Amino acid sequence: MTAVAAPAPTARVERWTWLSGGFTAALAGLIGLLAFGPVLWSQNALNNLIQLYFLVVLAVMWNALAGYGGLVSVGQQAFIGIGAYAVVFLSLQHSLEPYLAMLIATLIGAAVSIPVAAVVLWLRGGAFAIGTWVVAEAFAILVSLDPNPAIGGGTGTSALIPFNTRYTPTQRLNYTYWASLGTAAVLLAILFVLLRSRLGASLQAIRDDEGAAASVGVRVLLGKGVLFVLAGGGCAAAGALILAWQLSIQPLGPDSIFGVNWSAKMIFMVLVGGLGTFEGPIIGAIVLYLLQTYVSSSGVWYFVMLGGIAIGFALLLPRGIWGTIQERFNVQLLPVGYRLRGRS
Amino acid sequence: MTWVNSVIHGILLGGVYALLATGLSLMFGVMRIINLAHGSLALLGAYMAFLLVEHAHISAYLALVPVLPGALVVGYLLQRTMLERSLRAGVLVPLLTTFGLLIVIGNLLQEFFSPDVHSLNPGSIGPAAWRITSRLSIPAFDALILGIAILVLGILQLVLTRTQIGRELRATAADPDAAELVGVDSRAVYARATAIAVATAALAGVFFAMRSTFDPTAGPTQLIYAFEAVVIGGMGSLWGTLAGGIVLGVSQTVGAQINPQYFALAGHVVFLAVLVARTILESGGLRVRLGLRRVAT
Repeated sequence: MTAVAAPAPTARVERWTWLSGGFTAALAGLIGLLAFGPVLWSQNALNNLIQLYFLVVLAVMWNALAGYGGLVSVGQQAFIGIGAYAVVFLSLQHSLEPYLAMLIATLIGAAVSIPVAAVVLWLRGGAFAIGTWVVAEAFAILVSLDPNPAIGGGTGTSALIPFNTRYTPTQRLNYTYWASLGTAAVLLAILFVLLRSRLGASLQAIRDDEGAAASVGVRVLLGKGVLFVLAGGGCAAAGALILAWQLSIQPLGPDSIFGVNWSAKMIFMVLVGGLGTFEGPIIGAIVLYLLQTYVSSSGVWYFVMLGGIAIGFALLLPRGIWGTIQERFNVQLLPVGYRLRGRS
Repeated sequence: MTWVNSVIHGILLGGVYALLATGLSLMFGVMRIINLAHGSLALLGAYMAFLLVEHAHISAYLALVPVLPGALVVGYLLQRTMLERSLRAGVLVPLLTTFGLLIVIGNLLQEFFSPDVHSLNPGSIGPAAWRITSRLSIPAFDALILGIAILVLGILQLVLTRTQIGRELRATAADPDAAELVGVDSRAVYARATAIAVATAALAGVFFAMRSTFDPTAGPTQLIYAFEAVVIGGMGSLWGTLAGGIVLGVSQTVGAQINPQYFALAGHVVFLAVLVARTILESGGLRVRLGLRRVAT
């Protein structure tokens, strides 16, 4: 019996490259540097950066659902609203420390997303999209019917008292800045580790072909469930940050905390940045932030612009800015996949 | 007797939802896509009728004469310019583009017509009702809408089963590639389906606007109600859509009878309950096991 020599590999699989290793280290360094924001920059700059950070959180969470799970949700505002209202409820009604309440609100969002997932994950495609929307509407109505004075019913409520009795406005700004930077960094790290794990490989298989993935033993529903709960918690965290940033919230209408305009923003950021890429949503969040800061941040034409640009990207540049760069130059700065390289 | 009354009102309200849902159901049946801008297109139809009523001083019914053909054209162009390309790009893209359209239409309507609440005058039939007892009455206008919904669904059913266009639609729905092989131009079929869907949406929108007030933010609500009707009735079935609309309407009016604020909530709850029930049935009793479910295509 002669042993058959294995053919010499002609290509190697790589994950970390010098470029991606360097970039990941640089990003970690940048986050460390940004943490010194409150001593370096003006209050106005901090105020703007808080917006950028929660936009990053929202974009990354929406992309986790759509880009990796193939789940187009237009109802993530349910969890934004739950996160924000949970903070009000805990800090105003139960006099909890507001930043602790924000942490608990995140966990509440994740917990609520479990029964919601049990219902909506059976839906597919457009049915899932509208199903999640109905859930968001139902939560908004329930909150608006709540007679509890802390919740404020349909007129909305404010977390001014719990924040202002404990902190000066400067303290609130600084703490909210750190909370939002920390939330964005932690959620990015969780998603990074998750996507690089065994589950991450099965998630990308689900996205590419759900039927084929199921046929080779990928637990489709489990993978989607993990993403949905992560996104539920992440959006609740974003909702808590939005509350700490703007203080007052309303439950009803497209512009409210439960409003569908949040979905419009999330879809815009992910489509522009690059659906299904890890780096894309961060770029999309920066683009939206720049648009909000330098072009327009509200009103009718702002949303016409968001919708129009999103349609344009979906049709003409479906891989978004980062996906297109990645395809053209074969680079990955934050490696969540594997690459095949010819041996040199 | 008040409960009987609210059930009757709910059944009639179901006609509005069925009419709204018809186009959504048709597009899903033919192209397997859900047009998230459906409610906004219905609202656009209502605003076009409003424009004609305000400036040409014609009745809302007469406004349908130019609005419906206009909606056909809008639907045809929508398919040819946007949806066709979206369909080719994968299963997620039609959702993203139609959602973008929903946002654009809603905000443009707000820009051009202001956020104010409007309504269309339904004429003398509007307040008319058949009074059966002192507590029980049947509003004539709602009965008219239910009649129109049944008529539209019936005509559509006849077109689908008896005409060449209908056969092509059904063939393309079943298998677009095979239909192409026998000489059906699937792109033209899709464009016709969307044209019909948008026209029924506009029809529903105009009647909705005559029945109650409307404002630029009403599109998403109409989409959600239409979709709930489609899902409750069983996706892709035309008469199921009517049944689904009626179930939704009755849920809402009975919910409102308990507390006027429960109107929309009761519909959402029944919709979600139907979903849960269907999930349990589909997964074979309660033996739901994570990840082992057969993946339907």
